Amino acid sequence: MSLIVVRNLRKSYGALVALDGISFDVERGETFALIGPDGAGKTTTLEILEGYRKRDAGDVLVGGLDPGLRSPRLYRGIGIVLQETALEPELTVKETVRGFSRYYPQALSVDRVLDFVALRRLERQRVAALSVGQKRRLEIALAVIGDPEVLLLDEPTAGLDPEARRNLWRVIAALNGEGKTILLSSSDMAEVEALAGRLAILLDGRILASGRPHELQRALGPEPTVELHLGGEALPRLFPQTLRAIARFERGWVRLECRDPGPVAYELLLWAVRNQYDLSSLTIARPSLEALYLKATRRDEQEAAC
Amino acid sequence: MLTLLFFETVHQLKLFARRPAAIFFVMVMPALLLVIFTEIFGNEEIAGQGITTAQLHTPTLAVFGAVMAAYTYLAIATATARDLGVLKRLRATPLPPLTDIAARIAAAGLIAIAAAAVVMACGMLLYSVLLQPEKLPAAILSLIVGILCFAALGMAVAALCRTAEAAQALANATILAVAFISDVFVRPQGRIPPWIDRMADVFPLKHLSLAFSDGFKPLLNGNGFAFAGDEATYAVGQPLLVMVLWGLGGAVVAYALFRWGRQ
Repeated sequence: MSLIVVRNLRKSYGALVALDGISFDVERGETFALIGPDGAGKTTTLEILEGYRKRDAGDVLVGGLDPGLRSPRLYRGIGIVLQETALEPELTVKETVRGFSRYYPQALSVDRVLDFVALRRLERQRVAALSVGQKRRLEIALAVIGDPEVLLLDEPTAGLDPEARRNLWRVIAALNGEGKTILLSSSDMAEVEALAGRLAILLDGRILASGRPHELQRALGPEPTVELHLGGEALPRLFPQTLRAIARFERGWVRLECRDPGPVAYELLLWAVRNQYDLSSLTIARPSLEALYLKATRRDEQEAAC
Repeated sequence: MLTLLFFETVHQLKLFARRPAAIFFVMVMPALLLVIFTEIFGNEEIAGQGITTAQLHTPTLAVFGAVMAAYTYLAIATATARDLGVLKRLRATPLPPLTDIAARIAAAGLIAIAAAAVVMACGMLLYSVLLQPEKLPAAILSLIVGILCFAALGMAVAALCRTAEAAQALANATILAVAFISDVFVRPQGRIPPWIDRMADVFPLKHLSLAFSDGFKPLLNGNGFAFAGDEATYAVGQPLLVMVLWGLGGAVVAYALFRWGRQ
């Protein structure tokens, strides 16, 4: 069952089209990621799901409710982390969480939630004295204190150092382990691969591709690559004619893109052994999702620049 | 619902208690002004009024303290919470927006009453200011209506300004200017140009200041519960009407223009 349903969602700010008809579902218990560069429409999408913004067209349901109606039931069932930190600096960690716990009929125990985000030790600390990563974990605590089914996290790890980021990943993964349904936005593919079961790449208000990471890898394209370091300035004159058509030569490396790497690698190997090349650099690999994502978003920027 | 309002009000009071600058301007400065004015001008009896300088200044500075809380502090604190993103974040919780705003106003109102009480206590302890028991109910009613009026105007300031910085500038500029022309700080006997007096009559502060401070003048007749008095009678009816009208105006502006999110 889908806890979040988005169908043909459209939103414009004046002449600027922020969302140009996007659709996706998030299943119960799933972690779904929206990934895209700044300005792609991630925050607009989340703020529509959170009831902050009105949509121009399309259907949206969160836990079976239309967030545009801003019903109290909606807000009992979702927990959010906004893109920008929103905390009172004068309060202590514990006061902040206890304050929020009063808003929810079935709030979890404050101590348990502080343990969960590893802030129990700092419960008497003023919010002003927390690090960026600790503030983010505190905001996660505020998102979960009401024991919601759905969590909407807008770039929760933006601006964190690598260690704080990994700490937050652990917390988010643990939430998924507890059965929460999570929609998170990110501009970092490594994060999305670490956390999300499925993802959608959002670019200029459209979904470029969506699915599980390995499905996306296949759909987005390029074929596996066979690589070998030959050295020299250009392809050797004796390089097999059959491979020349698909070969690219850069700084001593030859790269061969092909749907079926077996025969290509075999022919390259035969030729290389015969000509006594060092084979220790030979690799056959699929480009990472990160590389595909960067390529896809870059291509679009180039098109936009034309 | 009421429990939540109570906890949210306590929450806002706690925030105030942790803001030293706010405590100084609201709780300390008005009492400090009372001491300074009384020491500079001397605590003599004012001719023809049967009261001392302190008896005159203590209630007006109590009003000033109350207005600093209900108007200036409320405007700045609310705009600051908006700048921090806190108001926006709360809108994605089950806390009803009205409870949130009511708690902010209730806390500012309680701080206002405390600020007025501090100045009155200083006047009574240091300068033998006397209460007038039969006039006290009307004076307190005027103070409470005035606090609500200025709270509405404070919310209007928060609604009109995009940032806390702007709210601070607007609230301080307006309240200081109006306070000076409304005889809150000093009362140069009969030397105020009439046009300034008439201008001050337009704003609510002079009405609040008079309605409250006349309640401490022994020579005035009546207990204050009359619409309009003459020179020798204490009457809070007309001032209350002016304050209610300003309060409603402020509430309308605040309701129409208030935004929860950063701008």
